Amino acid sequence: MKRSYANRDLIQRLGFSLLTLLALTTVFPILMVVGYIIKEGAPAISWEFLSAMPRDGMRAGGILPAIVGTLYLTIGTAIFSVPLGIAAAIYLSEYARDTFLTRLIRIAIINLAGIPSVVYGLFGLGLFVIFLRFGTSILAASLTLSIMTLPVIISASEEALRAVPQAFRTVSISLGGTQWQTIRRIVLPQALPGILTGVILGLERAAGETAPILFTGAAFFLPRLPDSPMDATMALPYHLFVISTQVPEMPFQIQYGTALVLLIFVLSMNIIATVIRSRARAKRQW
Amino acid sequence: MVDKIVIENLSLTYAEGNESLRHINLKIAANAITVLFGPAGGGKSSLLRCINRLNDLTDIRLLQGKILIDGQNVLDPKTDVIALRRKVGMVFARPVVLPFSIRGNLTYGLELAGEKRKSRLDEAVERSLKLAALWEEVKDRLDDPAVALSGGQQQRLCLARVLANQPEIILLDEPTSGLDPISTGKVEAALQELKHQYTIVLVPHSVQQAARTADYAAFFLQGELVEFGPGRDLFTNPKDKRTEDYVEGRFG
Repeated sequence: MKRSYANRDLIQRLGFSLLTLLALTTVFPILMVVGYIIKEGAPAISWEFLSAMPRDGMRAGGILPAIVGTLYLTIGTAIFSVPLGIAAAIYLSEYARDTFLTRLIRIAIINLAGIPSVVYGLFGLGLFVIFLRFGTSILAASLTLSIMTLPVIISASEEALRAVPQAFRTVSISLGGTQWQTIRRIVLPQALPGILTGVILGLERAAGETAPILFTGAAFFLPRLPDSPMDATMALPYHLFVISTQVPEMPFQIQYGTALVLLIFVLSMNIIATVIRSRARAKRQW
Repeated sequence: MVDKIVIENLSLTYAEGNESLRHINLKIAANAITVLFGPAGGGKSSLLRCINRLNDLTDIRLLQGKILIDGQNVLDPKTDVIALRRKVGMVFARPVVLPFSIRGNLTYGLELAGEKRKSRLDEAVERSLKLAALWEEVKDRLDDPAVALSGGQQQRLCLARVLANQPEIILLDEPTSGLDPISTGKVEAALQELKHQYTIVLVPHSVQQAARTADYAAFFLQGELVEFGPGRDLFTNPKDKRTEDYVEGRFG
């Protein structure tokens, strides 16, 4: 009896160890990638690298236009996708009844999330660049990225709204609140941290994408800062692609320096989202 | 005795098909506690939710009859439901405090109606907390989060929150079902005070509570109003065999 217990205990410990090991393997590649990029890229980082125009066919100088371009594209994407995405989420979570129409909307959102990003790029080229005559521009690229980001924002926001207890709504209505007052004073403020997290994660993905901006707004080499939304722009992910594959005798350091800047850009958004979420959880009263 | 609420031939069926109320006729007196009691599924909560039109949030297949408050049929589609719900407050079975401070919970209803004057809001906070017998316990920490209160305090806060709206009618749906006997006693004592100014409709969580609190009592069984009368008669000398069996604990 005692022996079989010891046996089971041993098996359990072995199982746990194996699972721990497997869990650790998922951390390993991330650490490798980040560590490697930091190791190779850090020497390239200098004030000049961050603040100067590229020179010598991008083989020297800095990557300022790509940094600014990515910033503009992210802001542009936010301008279109955040209000629209949150509004759609409010409609779906608070107002829409379960009808054929709302099911159609939900199916559309799910499918939108599954479309490969290069297809968004082609769609943006057809609709915004050519048909609407926006040209290859920040505007066209931002709109294309917005469409790609919308499903992420809508899904995350809807989930955050639904997580707010139904009882709050009932109480608010029973105290003489209209549905909109209830949403504005209780549901939305309570869901806001969750919505923000979703928004940032969506924008983070947009900031790192290459394919959707490839045909719609990204410039191969444009050593000046864009001065209108109708300008094309350099952007970090596309610049990384260009200097890694299209430019002969490219210094290794600049490639990894660019990758590091992009990584920091995206990871810091991720960290902000995590901080917002954990702070809100600590403060939450339900 | 004034009939504050007159229910005429009220029938209700939910969209899922379960019939909830059948031809209910009931007169609810002002300045008294009327209890609606009976086993679960009898239609008591449904009736409460018709009175303040909270059932509007539920899918209903059929709603017939009238509910007259001060002579006005509140089931009329033209009824201003916002005004109705301010006039008819409701306390739920589980104390639901809103994610605000104690003060924020109490001023919420008034702020919805557009009241911004701090003096009015402060006055309402103190008055409603005193009415709900909670003032002494929380007066020094009105800005603390309301969730920090105990369950019994939270439920009295919910009662105070309704009172801050200055309603005329208070509906309570098993308000003490989750509370200990001491907290329950405090809520019941508060209701006994409040009935002098308000019309109170209470769904109690037990027959004993019904008997303790009722000025008038209505016994509901499977969507039907079996018997209605003054509390002392109904619990000591029920006319209907079913009421007698339930009051004496032969089923339930």
